[in-house]
Formats: sequence, C-alpha cells, structure tokens
Amino acid sequence: MLLVVSRVNDVGGQTGFGDFTVEPDEPPFHADWEARVYALNAAMLRRGVYNLDQFRDAIERMPPADYLAAGYYERWLTAIETLTSGHDDG
Amino acid sequence: MTAHHPTSHTAARVRRLEERLIAAGLTDDAELDGIITRFLAGASPLNGARIVARAWVDDDFRARLLTDANSAIADVGLSMRSGLQEQRLTVVANTETTHNVVVCTLCSCYPIGLLGPSPSWYKSEAYRSRVVRDPRGVLAEFGLHLPEETTIVVHDASAESRYMVLPRRPAGTDGRTEDELAALVSREGLIGTALV
Repeated sequence: MLLVVSRVNDVGGQTGFGDFTVEPDEPPFHADWEARVYALNAAMLRRGVYNLDQFRDAIERMPPADYLAAGYYERWLTAIETLTSGHDDG
Repeated sequence: MTAHHPTSHTAARVRRLEERLIAAGLTDDAELDGIITRFLAGASPLNGARIVARAWVDDDFRARLLTDANSAIADVGLSMRSGLQEQRLTVVANTETTHNVVVCTLCSCYPIGLLGPSPSWYKSEAYRSRVVRDPRGVLAEFGLHLPEETTIVVHDASAESRYMVLPRRPAGTDGRTEDELAALVSREGLIGTALV
C-alpha cells in the first residue's frame, strides 16, 4: 500500500499563514552568518558530501514546529548540521 | 512570514559548524569567501532582463526560448549550470489573454542565477500557500490588478524545474535598443507579480 506522507513544508493552498511583507531594496543576506550558511551548503554540494535532494529532504523532515519557527537560512543551517554530523573527523 | 532570528546564538551555531567542517577538511575560508563573492557578483535580475529583451527583438530567439530555454539562453552567455546539476528552465510567455506567475509551494525553487537572490516574500509560507489558492488577490496586493477576463496561470517550481516569466513588451518601445529594453524589466516582472 502506498503511504502518502504529508510534510509541513507542503503549504500550497493552505490557509492561515497571513500576509507577506515586501521589503524594498532587500539585501541578499540579512546577516553575515546567512551568507556563510549559503556558502557552506554550496561547498558541501560541490564536494558531494550530500546532494540537493538530500539537502531538501533534511529541511523538509524537520519537526513541523521547528520548521515553522525557523527562519529561511536557519532551516539551511539545521539541514547542513544534520547531513554532516557523521563527518567530524574526516 | 517566517520570523528571522539573526541572533548571536545562531551566528555562534554557524561558526561552530564552519569550524567543524573546516577541521574535517571539507572546505576552507578561501572557498567560502569565493562562493559568496561570485554569488553576489553574478546572480542578478539583469540576466533575466537580458533574456527578455533579446526575446522582444528576435522572434527566432523567442521561439527557441519558449521551447528549449536551457539551450537558447546560451545565446546571451547564460546557463542553468550554476550548481552541480543543470536545472531545467521553462520560460512562460504572457499574452494578451494569459498572465503567468511563479511560486515554489514546497520550498523556494527559483532560477537564482537569472533573477538574483530570491526575496523573502517569495520564500514565505504566506505567498507559497496563497498564490495557488487566490492568485488574483495576491497579485492585487502587489498592485497588479488584472482584468477579470485575463487567465492567470500559476507555475509551481520544483528542484529539477525552474520557471521564468517572459513579460509582454510594453507599448511605445519601438526603436529602443536591447539594453534600453532590458532596463525596463524588473525582477517582479520575471516572477510574474508585475507586468514588466
């Protein structure tokens, strides 16, 4: 039997998320650490530590409450931490 | 939208991760700095605007762009090969009767090399959830009030397939150069939350 799993990130058509705000002249990153997270992910993908599908999966299987509480690059940070936890000593 | 927590706690978490990955020999400071520098220098909506301007002046390019965008954009020196795997690009053209708008309901998929870093609203749960349910209402919030008879098509991007909108060429722009036309095109026009 096919088990269809719904994940918290699958928000298309849901109601109740309220309004979005448009930030004029928004910078690419809102803090230096966001840029470092972006770069760490690119470096891990380039090195083949994990691939893009694994990265997305690591974000999307965050516990729903954590996912919703985290900012965009915090989700990335969590995913990189999860996917590299076995790489401590090379 | 999702809350930002640019706290020292998070910054410290990032530093710990970075130190761990550098110690494991998986990256180094020079590589990370280079990635950020190249990203900030290269990813820009000017790239998407150049594609649009070319399509406005060259019917053959426009036809190829709409059938095989990945190979067509090589004409203007661009590619979808910025990451490790080439992502498929689909360009969807607005017409007199149809307006296109792009979302990624599952996350934030977006042709970042052609449009520049994605805005926070594009990544927000509010936009992702609502634009597929009430596109006309969401576009109105951007100040884009489309006639009732205009069909709105919402394209949901995925990890393998990205979308870019080809806006309609504004009236009264005959005789303009490609560079002048490109300057008319905004990031929002390429996402579909503006006309151009």
